Parts: sequence; structure tokens; C-alpha cells
Amino acid sequence: MIEFQNICKTYRVAKRQAGFKNAVKSLFSREYETIHALDNVSFRIEDGDIIGYIGPNGAGKSTTVKVMCGILTPDSGVCVVNGKVPWKERAAHVKDIGVVFGQRSQLWWDVPVIDSFELLRDMYKIDEKRYRCNLDELTRLLDLSELLKTPARNLSLGQRMRCEIAAPLLHDPKVLFLDEPTIGLDAVSKIAVRNFIKKINEEKGTTIVLTTHDMLDIEALTEHILLLGHGKILLDGNLEELKRRTSTDKKITVKYTGNVPEISKGMKLTESRENQLTVSIDPRIVPVSAAIAAFAAQTDLLDVSVTDISTEEVVAALYKEYHI
Amino acid sequence: MRPLHTKFSRIKSIHKKSSRKESSDKISTQWKSSQRKFFCKKSFNMKVYLSLLRIRMINGLQYRAAALGSVINRFCWGFMEILAFSAIHQSGGNFSMTFSQTVSYIWIQQAFLRMYNVIDGDDEIEAAINDGSIAYELTRPMNLYGNWFTRCMANRLSPTLLNCLPVLILVMVIPEPWRLHFPGLMTTVLFLISTVLALGVVGTIAMLMHITMFYTTSQRGTKIIGRAVTSFFAGGLIPLPYFPEAFQRLVNLLPFAATQSTPLLIYSGSLTGQDAVFAMGLQVLWLAVLGTFGYYVMDRTLKRVVVQGG
Repeated sequence: MIEFQNICKTYRVAKRQAGFKNAVKSLFSREYETIHALDNVSFRIEDGDIIGYIGPNGAGKSTTVKVMCGILTPDSGVCVVNGKVPWKERAAHVKDIGVVFGQRSQLWWDVPVIDSFELLRDMYKIDEKRYRCNLDELTRLLDLSELLKTPARNLSLGQRMRCEIAAPLLHDPKVLFLDEPTIGLDAVSKIAVRNFIKKINEEKGTTIVLTTHDMLDIEALTEHILLLGHGKILLDGNLEELKRRTSTDKKITVKYTGNVPEISKGMKLTESRENQLTVSIDPRIVPVSAAIAAFAAQTDLLDVSVTDISTEEVVAALYKEYHI
Repeated sequence: MRPLHTKFSRIKSIHKKSSRKESSDKISTQWKSSQRKFFCKKSFNMKVYLSLLRIRMINGLQYRAAALGSVINRFCWGFMEILAFSAIHQSGGNFSMTFSQTVSYIWIQQAFLRMYNVIDGDDEIEAAINDGSIAYELTRPMNLYGNWFTRCMANRLSPTLLNCLPVLILVMVIPEPWRLHFPGLMTTVLFLISTVLALGVVGTIAMLMHITMFYTTSQRGTKIIGRAVTSFFAGGLIPLPYFPEAFQRLVNLLPFAATQSTPLLIYSGSLTGQDAVFAMGLQVLWLAVLGTFGYYVMDRTLKRVVVQGG
């Protein structure tokens, strides 16, 4: 569905030191710095996949999405989406894709949402029957009926985001690009958005490319993740593998009364509060049962929980590992 | 901007990499499709442009207070201008426009003011370039020039429709010699055609101004100069017939005269017969030239666009 081969993209950014003198100097000669936003990026995304695209700020995620949408022309490399080169056949290409940029709005600010939708219907030449059918379905799934007649400016962020996500699906795109679709949303809206994305992928087989900083998005939606840093693909694999690779550690949290248990060898204290301890252990060195037994021998246990290291922590560890 | 031939060589090398066997096939089909696109422009989809016009009108028609304010503003401004020209005419001198013609010129100008302004009301286009929402515009399956050009026209049409009738009614009932005169059906039809052409020319000039925004960080200076130049040379401040003969001959050929000057002079009766037809011919010419030029400049510019941030 999507193929990226050795894509490079550099930006030139004017640089200067702080201060008035340097500002004047920059009027006459400017120093530029070349930033490699994408440096030989290659990957493949199969039909019907949901792919999670992660990386710290400035890693090149949005640049990649913009290249795939045909907005940016890369300096070199091959990119084929849906059998087309996005920036060469932009008009034909964008007909089959849908895009949500979480930080921007595609709705007309002062008019009711439904008017924006009708404009999209005419832009994408969606025939009336299909438009009705899709609109009804989206209205039902995202609970839009109350929102459609309201001008976009009067919607809350969560409400607006639901409309923003509905908009690119009116024309049944084959690929959906979601650039931080859950940014700034509350927990309930996030879950609603996630469920919806999952449903669209399952029912319509839409390929979904998702960039996000929220690891819960990733965990809820996708197995296949791509980790990007400094314009390079650092990892291309599935979440479980990744977790196993970075760490097999378990996290044990115990609540107790009485004596403060001692931390034995092979355990690492991560958090200590009154009557509560969190340690991480490597189960190959200290089995979980042994660790719990050790605690139980020393104090009165009220509660014990054993969890895997969270995705957040895995990713943080990865960022650290790759110095990004 | 990179020379064209390197671009083509790049296309070739890309295809060699992607699939060696079919590479020559692909190049030729690519060539064919790009040729086809180039020569017979995709089936012109009028509906979407009407739809754009519609949403823009809906958007514009809701500002009632602004509409009322501008009706009053137009009326007062026009009245002051008329007083100034009345003083000029009373001081004697030989002008190629009569006072009554000048009155018609000014009232029609005020009634259709928003339509004749090159720099006016395209805030959302400027914002799209400045804040990067152009990213969305580029993911729409339509030509961005056509899209924005339509919006430029709609941005001018919607406030005009709201303002022009009240102003026109008002200035038709005020006492002589300040009253607006009806010039007859034929002239009115010519005027309306010429106004539509003027709107088109205004749109193409506005588009060129917007395209410069891709190259500058701030649009302020371009707008100030643009507003002064486009208004002055279009007879926006002083009708062109009040200028010296030699100056007129030159200015009449510029695209700015093809904006408001031509329709206003046709209505007021200072541009008639062959001269009117010639002036309207120039309007069509400028519309075609500036439109085509803008279209290609935009096309080339978009290849180099960098949407910054997030």
C-alpha cells in the first residue's frame, strides 16, 4: 500500500546568535543550517494495516506524513502510495486518502459543520447516495447529530475533533493519515476516537497511519510501530517484540503494614512511599514468586501487583538508548 | 528553482530503482498521463466552484452589524468625495468628466467597493499560508489556484451583495445634484459584464499578491504598497479622466485600469462605443494573461512549499 525507499528531505534554516548586533549582521549575511528532516527513510506498510508512527518532537514524523500526502516533495528517494507517486499526481492521489492534522482545522470556522461537509462532498465528487450513507454512519458512530448544525467555532475541542475525524472519511479513503488525532483531548474523547479508528479499520479495511505521542493510542490501536529519530528509522517492528527487546523486567508494587521490607539482590527500587514499594526485577535473575516470598517473609503484605513495564517507559528507554 | 531537466532525470532514476523491468514502460505511461493532464485540463468541475462560492457567501452573510456599518460608511465617504469634486468643478477648469458623471462614478464605486478592492477580505487565504493550514488545502483533489481564485471572488462578492443594494437605493432617492442616475438598460448591461470581468482581474491580481506570500515571512509591506498602487492606478482615489492626457494613455493599458476604472467609466457614461468595447477587450486580455501567469507561478511555487511545524 505504502512504500518508502531512501527518502531524504532537508530544510535550510537561517540561524543567528541572540542580540541586536547579530540581528543587524544577519541583514547582510545569513548563516544557514541544513537540517536533515528525513535521512534515507525506507519502510513498507501493507494494505489494511494500522501503523503507529512514534518519535520525539522534531524526529520527522510530520514530514513523512506530508510527503505521503503529496504536500512536500522530498529531495530524493521513491515513495509510492496506492500505486501513485504522491507529489507527482497530487490531485489523483489525494482523492484516495484522508488526512487529519490534529493541530489544524479543516472545518470552516464560522459556518455549521454540515456546510463544510457538503463542500467536501462536492470537492471529492461523492455521489449523493454514498454521501448520505457515510454521513449517517459517521453520525451514528461519532455521535455527531447535535454537532452538525453548530458552527465549528462553537464546538469544544473534543466535539470539533470528532467532526474533524469524520470529515476525511466521507469519501471512503483507502489510506487515512492521522497526525496526532488525540492531541489535547480528555480521556473519554480519546477512548471514543480510538474505538472509532479501530472500527473503521476493521469494517472498511482502511489502512491507517497514525502519529502520536500518546503511547496509549499506540497500545490500543496497533501492533506495527515505526520509531523515528533524527530523521532515521530506528525501529520497525511490533510492540510486543519491542517491549521484549528493551526490557523483560517486571514491576512489582507491594502495599504493606509493619516493617519496611529490605530490597534484596537483583531488585531495583523505583518508588518508595509510606507503606508502599515499587521495585523492578529481572525475572531471569529473581523469579517473581521468589521476590514476593521475600517480601512476605519480612512484612505483612496487604496488596501485591505485578505488571509489565509500560509502553511509555519502553519508549522513554528507547529514546535514551538511541540518544534522541 | 531547479532546472527542469534534472527533474526529469530524477523521475527516470526513481523508476529504475523501483522496478527495473518495467521502467521504460512506466516512463512512457507517466509521460502520456502528464501530457494528457497538461493539454486537456481535467474535466472542469463547475459544481465544486459554485459550492465554494456558496459556503463563502454563507460565511459572509452572517455579519449583520458589519454590513450596517459599512453601508453608513460608504454613504458618508461617497458624500465627502462628491463635495470635494463639486468644489473642484466650481473652481472652473475644463474636465473630461462632467460633475454628474463624477457623481455616478463615485456612488457606483461606493456601492461595489468591496468587489473592486484588490486587497480585501482574503484573510483566510493569508492565514492558510502563514499558519500552515495550506497543508489541508493541498490534500484536496482540486487545483489550488482554482480553489483560491474562486474564494477571492466570493470574498468580494458576498459583502458586496450585502452592501450594494441599500447604498444604491439610498443614493437614488437623495436630492439633485447628488443623486445617482440610471444610464439606460444597454449601458447597465455593459456595466454588469464589465464588473464581472473586473472582479476576475481583481482576483488574478490578488492571487499574485498571495503567491508572493510564499516567499516572504510578513505580508504587511506588500499589502500596503499593493493597496496604494492598485487603487491609485485603477482610479480608486481620483477617476482616471482627471489625470493628464499622456498619463491616461499609458495607465489605461495597465491591468489596474481593467479593474474598477472600466466598469465605472462605462456606467458614468465617459466610456462609450468603441472605447468601451476596447476597454472590455483589455479586461478579457488581462484576465487571461494574469490568470495563466498566476496559475503557472503557483504550480511552480507549490513544488517548493515547505509546511513548517507540527
